[in-house]
Parts: sequence; structure tokens; C-alpha cells
Amino acid sequence: MSSASLAWFARHEIGLFWRDWTALVLRGKPRRKIFVGLALAGFLIGMHVVAWFTVTDTVNLAETDPRAVFIFVSGCALVSLSLMVSQSLEMVTRAFYARADLDLILTSPAPSARIFIVRFCAVALMSVVMSAALVAPFFNVMAVLESPVWLLGYFALLSMSAIATAIALIVAVVLFRTVGPRRTRFIAQIIAAVIGAGFAIAMQLVAIVYFGNLSRLSVLTSPELTVSLPGPASPIWIPARAMLGDALAVLAFCVAGFGILGLSIWAYSSRFAALALSTVGVSEHNTVNARRPARFRAGTVRRTLRRKELVLLARDPWLLSQTLMQMLYLLVPAFLLWRNYGSDIGAVIVVVPVVVMASGQLAGGLAWLTLCGEDAPDLVETAPMSSNVALQAKIEAVLIAVGLAVAPIVLFLGLVDLHAALITAICLVLSASAATAMQVWFRAQAKRSHFRHRHASSKIATLAEAFSSISWAGTAALAALGNGLAAVSALMAVGVLVFVWTIRPREA
Amino acid sequence: MTVQQPDAPALSIAGLHKSFDKPAVCGLDLSVAGGEFYALLGPNGAGKTTTLRMVAGLLPPDSGSISIYGIDALFNAVEAKRVVAWVSDEPMIYDKLSPYEYLEFVAGLWSVDPRIAEARSAELLELLGLAPHAHERCGGFSKGMRQKVALAGALVHEPRLIILDEPLTGLDAGSARQVKSVLQERVAGGVTVIMTTHILEVAERMARRIGVIDRGRLIAEGTLEELRTRSGRDGSNLEEIFLDLVAEGGQEAGEAAA
Repeated sequence: MSSASLAWFARHEIGLFWRDWTALVLRGKPRRKIFVGLALAGFLIGMHVVAWFTVTDTVNLAETDPRAVFIFVSGCALVSLSLMVSQSLEMVTRAFYARADLDLILTSPAPSARIFIVRFCAVALMSVVMSAALVAPFFNVMAVLESPVWLLGYFALLSMSAIATAIALIVAVVLFRTVGPRRTRFIAQIIAAVIGAGFAIAMQLVAIVYFGNLSRLSVLTSPELTVSLPGPASPIWIPARAMLGDALAVLAFCVAGFGILGLSIWAYSSRFAALALSTVGVSEHNTVNARRPARFRAGTVRRTLRRKELVLLARDPWLLSQTLMQMLYLLVPAFLLWRNYGSDIGAVIVVVPVVVMASGQLAGGLAWLTLCGEDAPDLVETAPMSSNVALQAKIEAVLIAVGLAVAPIVLFLGLVDLHAALITAICLVLSASAATAMQVWFRAQAKRSHFRHRHASSKIATLAEAFSSISWAGTAALAALGNGLAAVSALMAVGVLVFVWTIRPREA
Repeated sequence: MTVQQPDAPALSIAGLHKSFDKPAVCGLDLSVAGGEFYALLGPNGAGKTTTLRMVAGLLPPDSGSISIYGIDALFNAVEAKRVVAWVSDEPMIYDKLSPYEYLEFVAGLWSVDPRIAEARSAELLELLGLAPHAHERCGGFSKGMRQKVALAGALVHEPRLIILDEPLTGLDAGSARQVKSVLQERVAGGVTVIMTTHILEVAERMARRIGVIDRGRLIAEGTLEELRTRSGRDGSNLEEIFLDLVAEGGQEAGEAAA
């Protein structure tokens, strides 16, 4: 293998990726290999069981109008594509901004475009792996039940991933040109968040408008849509045919997908190095505060800390894009609530758990940022105050931020149904408090910029945080319906909290 | 509230011990008088940073005592922290805050009257050449600018004892000069400065007394003249004395182990 060739760079990247991945998963404990292997095998077996029952119970392709099948498959593919584009945009942008070994490679005589070509191909592979984990079991089950041609679906998935990477690359380059390297990363994060949720949410909004429910399937299975679209022979169904294992369609789709990716890489490859170099030192350079405080403000130490935390949260672009994502998901129930204003209790019941669930998740993220992502821990620790003061101030900042985010929707809910609003308010406070408490117990110093990897620090805490939010959301929904099972759900939520408390690291 | 004792040493350490996987600080005794510029030297891993982190309240010692201006820093940590400032080699500031906002935050943590803090901040920003960047966020600042922001933060609450761990690492000549000049002004005003550094010329020129620490023990201490006398190297510079002392310490440790 000649040095600095595409294959040589690919081997280098695969080696680095493998070491990073094993370090992340094994965390220095080689014995975890067995556990990780078993967990992966369990997940895959579980997914195949789910796929088996889904396919045998619901799918009878022979008796279904082919257009209806194509619409359904195309809809699912579009949802997957939107997720792939979202992931790819994030990874492609990161490839331009990450420094690590890039300075070394860019200053070497090796053709720098090659490393980017390898990295963008890796992006395509990464997003296909993520999607394949969910979709592949269905291909495998259909291959066993019907015909091995279903395995050709893998190629269709790979082609879709190539299209997603090409779209992400084009968007990233356009952003670099239009808004410049200083803002590209931030805007790309927001676009990724919007695209990731956008298509699925759009389908839900259509379902609400036309069918009065939240089911995306209502749109995909509606007879009106089926008759309004072209016949089964139309080329617009090529992706759907490819997903269903039609060899010719797979070939056409692959040519299109890999062609688009190849063309976009070829078109921009001469600029990759320049784009990467343009990101050097632009992260915050010359960012001048638009609003300058007129005077130093008075206040207690707690107030000072709270103020600092809220300012830092408001200036965190990654957090803003994540919050935007959660707000987008809140948009659907809020729209449902508005549409059914004064007429239907059903809409209220949809809103209540979503708000409670979102509060818990938001609080968990914010709590990690304020508690673990303290950029100047030495300063705070050497300040003349007890450590409890700092902890209290940070918790207060989290709860204030969550309150500000969900208050409008709870107030609106109060206008529709005061009882449901009260239950929502109580449960969201409990959900947010529980998520914050878990972060307090499992806190470990980290860099704020490592927010995206926060789940890696404690899988148990992350899972428990999700279970807790779900349990409080269930409690709220059941309580709003006046169902006595709310007490059981609340007990489960408390049980999760007690469990996490018992297994917390003692030094925290 | 514990009252500071005006005639007490700025820092008094007795029998300080700290072990991680192996002993880092072993029965350290150290006393630094008020208004003194004290340089703590030692090879990498000698225990300098561990010692200073214990003094600043960032690390609990296994045993021993630490007294700052007569205040027991282990039993009355909050009172001791009121008079201490800590600056580490890696400036810990907030990328998303401007120097102005950072100083407002630090002043708030030390409960300094906002009007006084604002006047001091303006003065410090001017003195350290940060005034033109007062409202720019620190994220894009160079290492030198970040270190100067951290130093301004350490000075805004007018501490009586400033502890600096390698404050000049990575600074250009101009920034290093500004930092040194600010520190010397503070010492002239009665503030105590304890600094670790690997730049021995700085210690030689700035410190009134120098302590050499190795393997967690103070192996020599005194003025430059006293250290010269002790090492028997009249007219030699601090670098030669330091290398002699560390080599001697290593030899003694080797013999003790044998």
C-alpha cells in the first residue's frame, strides 16, 4: 500500500476510529468486551424478534395495492433520510472544524483532499450503520420469509446514506460560502436539528390537520394520497422498489446515490483544505458582546453564580440547537392543542406527558452542563463560600431555565384546562428535579464542549434519567385523566430515583 | 468569623502529607512571611502543585496543618479563602464571558462592593493591556491574554496572598513582563506572592526567598545568597545551585532507600 494513498488514509482512519470506539466502550476494562458483545447480540436478536412479529402480523404484500406499499416505504425512507442528513451534516461540519491531526496532515506534502474523501466516506458508512441497526432486521426477516433478494435492500440503504452525505457536504460548503466559517458550525447544528425532526414533525402536522390525530401512518396509508400519486411504473418509486429488493431499482438507486456523492466530492475536493484552514481560530474570535452591562451588578454569591450559569447557557450554541430540537417536538402537541382548543380533552392528554417528558430531558442536559461542564472549577472552588452554595445556585439556574422554556406552553394549557395545567406543572417540576438530582449524584468534572458525549460517562444514570422522565410523564397523563394508576406510575418514578441514589458514586 | 492575625505569617504549613498512588508531599514544613515574594522550585513531580493546591483549598491533605494569616485553612476554609487568590498554569476562564463579565463574576464570588470592583477592574484591564478587549468574549483569546484575564480575576478582590502555579508558561515576553510588573507592584504594596516556576531567572530576579522541593520534601530554602552558601557555589546562578541541590537530594534519597 503506497503511503498517502486513499487506502493508506483509510487504514489510518479505521485504526484511529477503532481505538477511539474500543476506548469509549471498554473504558480501559478489556473484560467488558464480553459484556458489550452480549449486549450487541441481545439487541440484534431482540430487533429480529420485533421484525419477525411485525412482518408476520401485518405485512401481506401480495394483497396490497403496490402504490400503497411504495408510499409507505418511501415515507419511512424519507424519515430515515432526514435523520441521515441530520447526522451527516453534523459529522461533515465536524470534519472541517476538528483539529486533532489535521494540522499535521495539512502541513505535510500528502494530498490533503484524500483525508477528507476518506472522512466523508466514513460519514456515509457511519450513518448507514446507525440506520441499519434498526432496518436490517426487517431485510433479514423478509429474506428468510420471502426471498433472498430482500438483502439487496442493504445496498439501497448504503445509497441513501451516500445521498445524505452528499446533501450534507453541499449544505456545509454553501454555508461556508454564505455565512463564513465563524457561523457555519452553529447554523449547521440548527439546520441538522430542524432536518432531523422536520420531516417526521411535518407528517404529524399533516395528520393533525387532515385526520385529527398524531399518527404519521395516517398520512402514509391514506387512500387520498394513494390515488393522487403516479402509478407503480413511475420512476419516483425507484427508491421504494430498491428498498423492497428490486435488483434493477437497486442498481439504478446505487448509481444515482454513489454518483451524487462522487460528483459532490469531485466538485469540492480542491477546496477542502482551504475550508478546513479557514476554521482555524475563528471559534470565538472578535465576538463582541452586543449588550454591554452599564455597571457591575450587586447581588449575593448565589445570585452571581446563577446569573453566570444562565448567561453561559444562553450563549451555548450546541445547547440552543438541542433545545430547539426539543421545542420542535413540543410544536406538534402544541399545534394539536391549538387546533382542538375548547373542544377536546384528548389534545390536552397528549400535551401533558410530552411537556413533562421534555422538561426532564432538558433538565438532565442543563444540569450536566452546569454541574459537570464548569469551565473554571478551580475558581469556584477557591471562592469563599461553602460548596453547597455553588451547588444550590447551579440547580436553581437549571430549574429557572427549564421553567422559562416550558412556562408558555403550561400557561396556554392553563387557559384550556386548569386542572391539567396544574398536574403538568407539578409533574414537570418533579421530573426536572429528579433528572437534576441524578446529575448531581453522578457528576464528574468534564469539559463543557464534551456535552455530546455526556451519555458515555454513566450509561446507568442516562437510562435512569430517561426512565424517570417517562414515568413522570405517565404519571401526569394518568393523573390528568383521573386514573388511579397514576399513583403506580409515580411510585415507579420514585423507585427509579431511590435506585439511582443507592448506586450513586460515594465520592460525588 | 475568625479574625486574621496581623503579625502571623502569610502561610504556615506544618507536617503536610498527601499521597496518591505514591507519596506526593511528605511531611512538608514551610513558612512564608507577609509581603514576601516566595518562589517554590522543584523538578517535575516534586510536589509543588500538590502543595499549592492544598493551600488554595483545592485538595484535602492526608495530614498536617495549613494556616493563612493565622486562619486555620483546614477548619475555617471559607475565611481563609477570602484572603487567597489562586492562578493555575492553565488559565481557567469562561470562553463565553468577556473579561469585563468575568471580573464582575469573580468580584461577586468574593462579595466585593460592585462600585469598588468596577473601578478596580477598569484599572486592572488597563494595566494588563486588556482594556481594548474588555467586551470581547475570551474564547478567541491567546494563551497570554487568557492568563492575564485570570490574573486580573485573582487581583480584583485584593487578596493578601496570591498563589501562582507556573503563571508565565506560554506567555510572550511582553505579556510576561506585564504579569511580573503587576506582581511586583502588589508585593511592594504588602501582598504576599508564592509562585512556582521552571524559569529560574524569574525566580532569581523576583523572589526574596526561594524554596526547593523534591520528592515532596523541602530540601533547601533561603535567599539566593543563603542557597549559594549552602551549595558552596559562590557567584553561581540559581540554575547551577538548583541542579546541585536536586542532584544532592536524589543521591540522599537513593542512599536512604539502599
